[in-house]
Amino acid sequence: MKERKDTRVVIGMSGGVDSSVAALLLKEQGYDVVGIFMKNWDDTDENGVCTATEDFEDVIRVCNQIDIPYYAVNFEKQYWDKVFTYFLDEYKSGRTPNPDVMCNKEIKFKAFMDHALSLGADYLATGHYAQVRENDGVYEMLRGKDENKDQTYFLNQLSQSVLSRVMFPLGHLEKGEVRQIAEKHDLATAKKKDSTGICFIGERNFKDFLSEYLPAQPGYMQTLDGERKGEHDGLMYYTLGQRQGLGIGGPGEPWFVVGKNIKDNVLYVGQGYDHDALYSDGLYATEINWMSGDKLTESMACTAKFRYRQADSPVTVHPVGDDKLKVDFHEAERAVTPGQAVVFYDGDVCLGGATIDAIIKEEKVVSYVG
Amino acid sequence: MKAIYLDHAATTPVHPKVVEAMLPVYQDVFGNPSSVHQFGRQARRVLDEARRIAARSLNVQEKELIFTSGGTEADNLALIGTAEANRHKGKHIITSRIEHHATLHAAEHLERRGFEVTYLPVNDQGVIAVEDVQEHLRDDTIVVSIMMVNNETGVMQPIQEIADLVSSHQAYFHTDAVQAFGTLSIDLQTLPVDMLTISSHKINGPKGVGLLFVREGTKIDARQHGGEQERKRRPGTENIPGIKGFATAIALMQDEAEYPFNYAQYKRSFLAVLQENGIAFSINGDPDKTVDTIVNISFPNINVETLLTNLDLSGVAASSGSACTAGSVEPSHVLSAMYASEDERPVNSIRFSFGQANTEDDVVEAAHRISQVVARLRTQ
Repeated sequence: MKERKDTRVVIGMSGGVDSSVAALLLKEQGYDVVGIFMKNWDDTDENGVCTATEDFEDVIRVCNQIDIPYYAVNFEKQYWDKVFTYFLDEYKSGRTPNPDVMCNKEIKFKAFMDHALSLGADYLATGHYAQVRENDGVYEMLRGKDENKDQTYFLNQLSQSVLSRVMFPLGHLEKGEVRQIAEKHDLATAKKKDSTGICFIGERNFKDFLSEYLPAQPGYMQTLDGERKGEHDGLMYYTLGQRQGLGIGGPGEPWFVVGKNIKDNVLYVGQGYDHDALYSDGLYATEINWMSGDKLTESMACTAKFRYRQADSPVTVHPVGDDKLKVDFHEAERAVTPGQAVVFYDGDVCLGGATIDAIIKEEKVVSYVG
Repeated sequence: MKAIYLDHAATTPVHPKVVEAMLPVYQDVFGNPSSVHQFGRQARRVLDEARRIAARSLNVQEKELIFTSGGTEADNLALIGTAEANRHKGKHIITSRIEHHATLHAAEHLERRGFEVTYLPVNDQGVIAVEDVQEHLRDDTIVVSIMMVNNETGVMQPIQEIADLVSSHQAYFHTDAVQAFGTLSIDLQTLPVDMLTISSHKINGPKGVGLLFVREGTKIDARQHGGEQERKRRPGTENIPGIKGFATAIALMQDEAEYPFNYAQYKRSFLAVLQENGIAFSINGDPDKTVDTIVNISFPNINVETLLTNLDLSGVAASSGSACTAGSVEPSHVLSAMYASEDERPVNSIRFSFGQANTEDDVVEAAHRISQVVARLRTQ
């Protein structure tokens, strides 16, 4: 076993408070810490300043405060090819993709892992709220201690070989504690606002952003019974269960998106948060990753999340051939959305995840969700 | 692990004797050289003495020197100052694609102000052709600016020939000699340039001081406005300690006892180690026209970001011409000008530059560390 001072930990630093504190903690623990800023997206703000420059400035200030070397690496091409192209393709096919899951899988824990290894790293660290535990050479990922911040949902595609080389220094902390540590050490990022939304969109309007890349095709909004309720701006701007932006007035309960018909460019809407069409009792999922590395050979009861920051729901998972899963919900679920991840848990252990491909209602694939 | 600094073209360590000369100025000479009292006169004496040392080194008159905040300011003053002052004579400017950004971005600024700029190409050895300058000189050309030694490749440009050529034309000729000063001997009585830029921190002087030589009779506008300093061409209270340090560095530079280093030998040993270790590489720029202190090397199939990071982690400090601001790798504009557009060398090359901080043993040790890193990256 190497001593800590001889153990090189390359940490991905975004210029945010989480990765700043993660780097600080590793340094305090005595590791040979190297900070790296990843540039995945080329963007300038309204003043022509590259948005990444500001974040890298923060990385530099923090790294100098805690006295670790810092560098930048550019993954714009990989990000475009592996994450953004997927993101657009999913929208084109009427689904709601999760670019963060893909970014973790293809960039942070693949391209960046390779880069870290080329720098002689023993471990790769990030400021994610998740924990890793080893049992006899088998690695498990556990939820972050802070229930509100737990990020295992986004990390569901990590493999054993990645888990054996990652460190999540914030996994055992609450967000409030992280802020306190940053403030106590007067880190340059201590008071920096958390970033929100999808990283490459930032604070901008999602609709404006998407329209720069995909042609919007306005069409009709209809109820599932075919009653026309107005016009939509383009199917890609809407997601299942969405209430905002429909602009349907009139009496009764508010209107929600309950489905999409890509072929006819129709957005299905229904009245009431609990509209029956929004509920499903199962799903099919593909692109399966089990963190143990073992395939699922028989049905298994566990809990699952269908979106980030949602309470777990009890499910039964059935293998369907080698690369498909059928997940039965013990109780009907609202607005389960194709393209998003389904992530499985056994207690606090994240077992793995898959991409939701279709939703099931009364043993039939629901056709109106795209 | 000993850190080895092979980035003297970026900046140099301040010579201890320079620090020694600056300290008393900081401690005792606080006066404003423009003041009418003894404190002012004391500072003025330091300034005058420094100007005399610099003037003698370049073989020019003292009144032909303008102290600036550095090379960038001097380049800007030279280009923009003469272009604006002579726009009635024409609006055409000639420079080259391999200039420092201080020149290139000043030229782009002038384009936005209505001037027309020709950016001369270089050959694949990094050399500007005198014939190209001749061919592009027009009746309305008012300024020509070509650097003396390129800061990325170390390639010397045919400045004597270009200066001779331009001297019979109405255009002023400016040369950025920041990288040349201290390496090449410069005598401005035999070299007919109208303007020349040098910088203190490249010759073991302090940062924040530079100098623009402006030959008597050159029409130039100030870029900033204020007091009477530097004959109004560069107003602002003079950086007396910095100027003292700069002059001291110039004096030391001319003292062979202070600089006994055989950089040509450093470079030979450095390259020999890479060769002995079986590292595939090629040199950018004509080796016969390159200064001894710089060698720019292309490592095929190596990502320059990864290489530089690894070199730093193994204690070797060098740099690439590519700008790596916040992870955006812009290929070196100098190497891009030398090679065809699909060539990989602009993104896999590193500049190593030797100087006072190095012994020959350091350079050899660095070459071994570089070999190790390159060999490891190539097998990964």
